[in-house]
Amino acid sequence: MRGRTHLAVGERRWVHGAFGLMAWIVGLVYFFPVFWMVLNSFKSEQDANTSPKLFFHPTLDRYKDVTKSATGLLSFGEAFTNSAVVVIVSTIIVLALAIPAAYALAIRPVHKWRDVLFFFISTKFLPVVAAILPVWILARNLGLLNTRNVLIILYTGLNLPLAVWMLRSFFREIPRELIEAAEIDGAGLKGQLTSIILPMAAPGIAATALLCVIFAWNEFFYAVQLNPVKGSTVPIWVTTNISTRGDFLAKLSAASVLACIPVVLAGWIAQKRMIRGLAMGAIK
Amino acid sequence: MTSVRYEHATRTYDGTSSPAIDDLELDIGDGELLVLVGPSGSGKSTALRMLAGLEPLDDGAIYIGDQDVSNVRPRDRDIAMVFQNYALYPQLSVAQNMGFPLKQQGVPKEERTARVREVARLLDLEAYLDRKPKNLSGGQRQRVAMGRAIVRRPAVYLMDEPLSNLDAKLRVQTRTEVVELQARLGVTTVYVTHDQVEAMTMGHRVAVLKDGVLQQVDAPGTLYHEPVNLFVAGFIGSPAMNLVPLGSGRPLQLGGSTLELSPAGEAAVVASGANGNITVGFRPEALEVGEGPLRAQIRTVEDLGSEVFVHLFLQHSGENLALVAKTSPPFAGRPGDNVGLQITGTTHLFAGDQSRLASTTASFRSAVSA
Repeated sequence: MRGRTHLAVGERRWVHGAFGLMAWIVGLVYFFPVFWMVLNSFKSEQDANTSPKLFFHPTLDRYKDVTKSATGLLSFGEAFTNSAVVVIVSTIIVLALAIPAAYALAIRPVHKWRDVLFFFISTKFLPVVAAILPVWILARNLGLLNTRNVLIILYTGLNLPLAVWMLRSFFREIPRELIEAAEIDGAGLKGQLTSIILPMAAPGIAATALLCVIFAWNEFFYAVQLNPVKGSTVPIWVTTNISTRGDFLAKLSAASVLACIPVVLAGWIAQKRMIRGLAMGAIK
Repeated sequence: MTSVRYEHATRTYDGTSSPAIDDLELDIGDGELLVLVGPSGSGKSTALRMLAGLEPLDDGAIYIGDQDVSNVRPRDRDIAMVFQNYALYPQLSVAQNMGFPLKQQGVPKEERTARVREVARLLDLEAYLDRKPKNLSGGQRQRVAMGRAIVRRPAVYLMDEPLSNLDAKLRVQTRTEVVELQARLGVTTVYVTHDQVEAMTMGHRVAVLKDGVLQQVDAPGTLYHEPVNLFVAGFIGSPAMNLVPLGSGRPLQLGGSTLELSPAGEAAVVASGANGNITVGFRPEALEVGEGPLRAQIRTVEDLGSEVFVHLFLQHSGENLALVAKTSPPFAGRPGDNVGLQITGTTHLFAGDQSRLASTTASFRSAVSA
């Protein structure tokens, strides 16, 4: 049925069309800056800085410029490795902690589970900037400044409440009888998790993991405060391409595109699962 | 050889004041198929879940064989359960679903496969072993759920309304199959249903529950002919028994006619006290439509081919009282016709506290001619 428009009974064709047009306009307005950034990244600096041009000689030179490493400066390779390590490790830790927590809140609700759930999300209410000073002092005292570890710890903490909330709603979708059947059939906690709960909640877990990856990959504030020099991540590397000597719009665009590619790619690959996963949680 | 015993078993859910199961005393014999029946909210599923270990007991104990299992984990109770929605594991094939309990027990793969095949053959599921549950019909899913229970050879089967998701025809057919299977396997079975026809046709004995309290446990025929109280009388039988409150007046009168009881019935009424409220009950097949002192009007006629249900209105104390009679075809009456009624079968008398006083012969006699 894809590609066919479905009019509801009595609906006028032009109303339907107008809504469709509006959706497209909003979509394009959202997409335009991204499109412009990608376009700029293939231009020469001169083309990018003069009047907006749609037609130009595309070049990969800006990408070569930004990926060239200079001594003393954070290279793209280093930043990418740091980001990858921080994002993957923190996401794995988040899932490892959130899955048992979500099980305890969804399937075997612990005493006062509502308070626990609220407590989790309440940590998200605080403005990040209010926490930075104590976090910075703690990190310094523990010798964690300018290390990947500090970001792994922080991103785990930042994403954990969200992951617990999401996974809880996915776990609640699993029919109770299935878990009870497994219990009667002889499965212990491990058996129930590995045979029933995790396979059934896989789309939800994928969606949760992906959101954690995206948030961790894009995080800038803590990274710039705690790791300005070594162990820095891709968002920090993007800002190193801002020059004080004139506008290098094309180069900056190329850097931004490189920063975007991994998350866009991950989102695209996981799109089907993620939409199913997000929709699955949305029902409750 | 496994019997099941509920001993003062009580369960009250958090946040509720009245128990879902109140002081349940019930013995289920080895190899017996006992049906727990009752309306929704009667506690029948709770009673089953307590036996399964899915609900804790607040008081009392449950024994499987000689062992008190009240604090034993579900997986250590040696039971198998068939759920209303079958609870098949969606990501596993039919064979894996059926083999799941064996895998959890650590049964070697070859033996597992052999046992799954054997049960699949018994249930005619061999052709579907590689399919996922979503690719099966309702009836096939039901059989897989049964298969998963059978394959582990438990001491007790628990079935929670396993047929209620099937269409009417398949339900009747599967009902017979389940009864045959249970007889062949000879395993003690506790079967929960809200459908009294299912209860009556399947159970060796039927336990009727209401508001968490066991009302009566007996063979289906006994429940039908000798219900202990008004609730059981009204719940068992389809269409339901005609129950008519006759108040405390003596002699007992209905619609201007006097109810003449046998000496035994009379004695029971006298024994119940001079002014006790009496309710009289008679089955639809005990009510004869045609000639008789009671005058009533036909509301509707349901001709099922083999039998005819005649729904009637009877004027009693200024109110329209609904009655139903069961008769054999052909039946000539039409809605709106005025007809005479007489009781030709057993009449049950219930006291003000709803208990049954007596089951006796009785007939109506016109008050005018008396």
